Amino acid sequence: MSDEFDDLKRAFDSAMPAPDAAKRAANLALAQENFAALQGSPSAPRPISDAPKMGGFGKGLRTMFDALSSKAGLTATTALAAFGLVMVLPVLQYGPPDVFTQEPAVMIEAPIMEQAEDFAVGAIAQDAVPAPAPRMMSKQANRTRVAPTAGLVADAPMIMPEANTEAFASAPENSLKVTSETPVSTFSVDVDTASYAIVRASLMNGQFPQKAAVRIEEMVNYFPYDYAAPESGAFATSLAMMQTPWNENTQLLRIALQGEMPEIEARPPLNLVFLIDTSGSMNQPNKLPLLKQSLRLMLGQLRAQDQVAIVAYAGSAGQVLEPTAASERDVILGALDRLAAGGGTNGQAGLRQAYALADQMQEEGDVSRVLLATDGDFNVGLSNPDTLKDYIAEKRDSGTFLSVLGFGRGNLDDATMQALAQNGNGQASYIDSLPEAQKVLVDQLTGVLFPIASDVKVQVEFNPATVAEYRLIGYETRALAREDFNNDKVDAGDIGAGHQVTALYEITPVGNETQVDALRYSAETSDGPNDELGFFKLRYKAPGQAESQLIEKAISTTLAPDRELEFAAAISGFGELLRGSERLGVWNYSDAVSIATASRGEDTFGYRAEAIRLMRLAASLSE
Amino acid sequence: MRMNTGDTELAMAAAGGDAKAFAILLERSYDRLFGLCFRLMGSRAEAEDLCQDICAALPTKLARFEGGSQFSTWLYRVAVNAAHDRRRRAVTRAKASQGWGDWEVNRTEVNKEQADAQDWLMQAIGTLPDDLRDTVALVMDEMNHREAGAVLGVSEGTVSWRMSEVKKHLKAIKESEQ
Repeated sequence: MSDEFDDLKRAFDSAMPAPDAAKRAANLALAQENFAALQGSPSAPRPISDAPKMGGFGKGLRTMFDALSSKAGLTATTALAAFGLVMVLPVLQYGPPDVFTQEPAVMIEAPIMEQAEDFAVGAIAQDAVPAPAPRMMSKQANRTRVAPTAGLVADAPMIMPEANTEAFASAPENSLKVTSETPVSTFSVDVDTASYAIVRASLMNGQFPQKAAVRIEEMVNYFPYDYAAPESGAFATSLAMMQTPWNENTQLLRIALQGEMPEIEARPPLNLVFLIDTSGSMNQPNKLPLLKQSLRLMLGQLRAQDQVAIVAYAGSAGQVLEPTAASERDVILGALDRLAAGGGTNGQAGLRQAYALADQMQEEGDVSRVLLATDGDFNVGLSNPDTLKDYIAEKRDSGTFLSVLGFGRGNLDDATMQALAQNGNGQASYIDSLPEAQKVLVDQLTGVLFPIASDVKVQVEFNPATVAEYRLIGYETRALAREDFNNDKVDAGDIGAGHQVTALYEITPVGNETQVDALRYSAETSDGPNDELGFFKLRYKAPGQAESQLIEKAISTTLAPDRELEFAAAISGFGELLRGSERLGVWNYSDAVSIATASRGEDTFGYRAEAIRLMRLAASLSE
Repeated sequence: MRMNTGDTELAMAAAGGDAKAFAILLERSYDRLFGLCFRLMGSRAEAEDLCQDICAALPTKLARFEGGSQFSTWLYRVAVNAAHDRRRRAVTRAKASQGWGDWEVNRTEVNKEQADAQDWLMQAIGTLPDDLRDTVALVMDEMNHREAGAVLGVSEGTVSWRMSEVKKHLKAIKESEQ
């Protein structure tokens, strides 16, 4: 039986072409010519071509298109994509009808291309000395980017909304830990919710989301839970435990944080710079038009002393609206309406301009934030995404934060969005519909815009006397090293006013059947107190502070279940099913539906009802 | 006499300015180099262009060759680095092409892809992260893990670990296809 590598090797061997004889001769001649030139004048070797070798316009074009060949998903799906777009448009749920007639833009504009190349070179030179990057960044750079594969097409050949170049931030599932070997679990909080919106958009479209797009903690954290507000301090913790629905040998432990809700009346004035992507790819009903409507909704939440400015970026970046008091609604709405999509994407120039404006608007006590709205084509001019992240991190330290709103599907670069928002101390949200805009920009605006704590890290030490094994559900992209917990230089997630964070551990109590056999020769260290599951520690920094504060709490073995935990468990199981996890045995979507229905509670805004509908949809799709 | 001289000696001579040694060395190495380029890039056209990059730069680089390692190891390292440069430029250019209309780009791309008629395995390497991609190209080129490690500047164990990652990746791709 051969494995996949052998198959690959065989495929390469059989497809291996002989080198083109003419090309071979030309390359050898080139080498010898350069060799001779080098001997003649060693101080001035013939420069190797670092710029694209443009053998005339046609060749340059071809080379450029060739450059795209590694994007497997993009290429494999195209024939269907161009065709499928027409079929899918009528079923898009939201967005004004007047834009449905627009065709995907096919623009051939050579000048933009040249400009972009120039910019790329300029950007490298400009950013030659990056600021010291927080350690978080290297982690993000290591995150597995799962490019879409041709398999997606096989799943649903008829419903392919757009050529798909989405890249999702994901990591392998957290593995089971044996308490006696690895008692400590450390992670950074995550209040992003983009993954849930992506899952929803996929299911609504009649297809399962890519597994890499499912981040369970973001699904769980999408929902508001009924946790007690803190009596003093920035946080209240809420612990609970229940029998795991899909495994009789384990328990689900919930660790939840509830951020304080400062008095909204007393909030400081807000400077908002909308940085809006108006590149050609935004020219779709669920992108720019939806974005305009979303920002219009948000304007209603601002006050007279708040200021708004707009920068648009496409082939070139430009200020569309100078800093304007939020009370001048007509002026702001007029500027929004004038935005039109077209051209390439020069994100970095836009970002610089947006930050410059934010600096200009900044006054003592204000909160400044750049709100980047894009479909993810945050691309042209970025030779190196890390440089951009460094830049954002530097601006974050100077007080201007960045939040990212994602629109549309197809080339949403979820991984970049996440990385940008994390480095900018902001939140990445994915807006697929007007109701979602309502949730993010109206209902939860305060939390999005006003941080109450930054670098929030959680560490749990489990007690080997009571817990044999444990597994953190989700937070794969947020894992921290144990020693990072006490290191204030290590960046972590941030929490806004009123935000909640929920984390679930699946634990196996001592005495129950474990998945990993105990070691025969390990030292017995199970001498912890028998009434504690573990010890919970939370570190966070108050806004503007460099030193962190610590909250500690023992986790009792006698925690009771509650309705909020049951609902979170249903969502978590739902996410695991979507990820194709094998841990759940026979537990299925219908089981998730029944738990979620029983624990739905008040559900004022209908979020939970919507989740139940999605679970039922997934159940039908899976049959 | 000269035809029996080892590649590494030839390279030392070439580094010292011996044009004939350089010519022989290149003539000998070109086909194998092309094979590696093909495995690194996954398409003939890209492999030819990568070879061109390498040939153009080789004299300058060879001047710094000190015989600290086998010539073949050294040459492969040069190739892997050149492939990185090329991919990086490709990304920049691909990004620059956004404004040209994704639709047109994709259409052209699909025509080309079909002409190449490469099966899923070939596309699969496109989804691998760079380090895994380099590793798999070298191992496919009949290098053992130690030699591949020497080219990449990592330990043998790292190469073995990467290969197990590659297999996992390929398996996942295969499974998602079924």
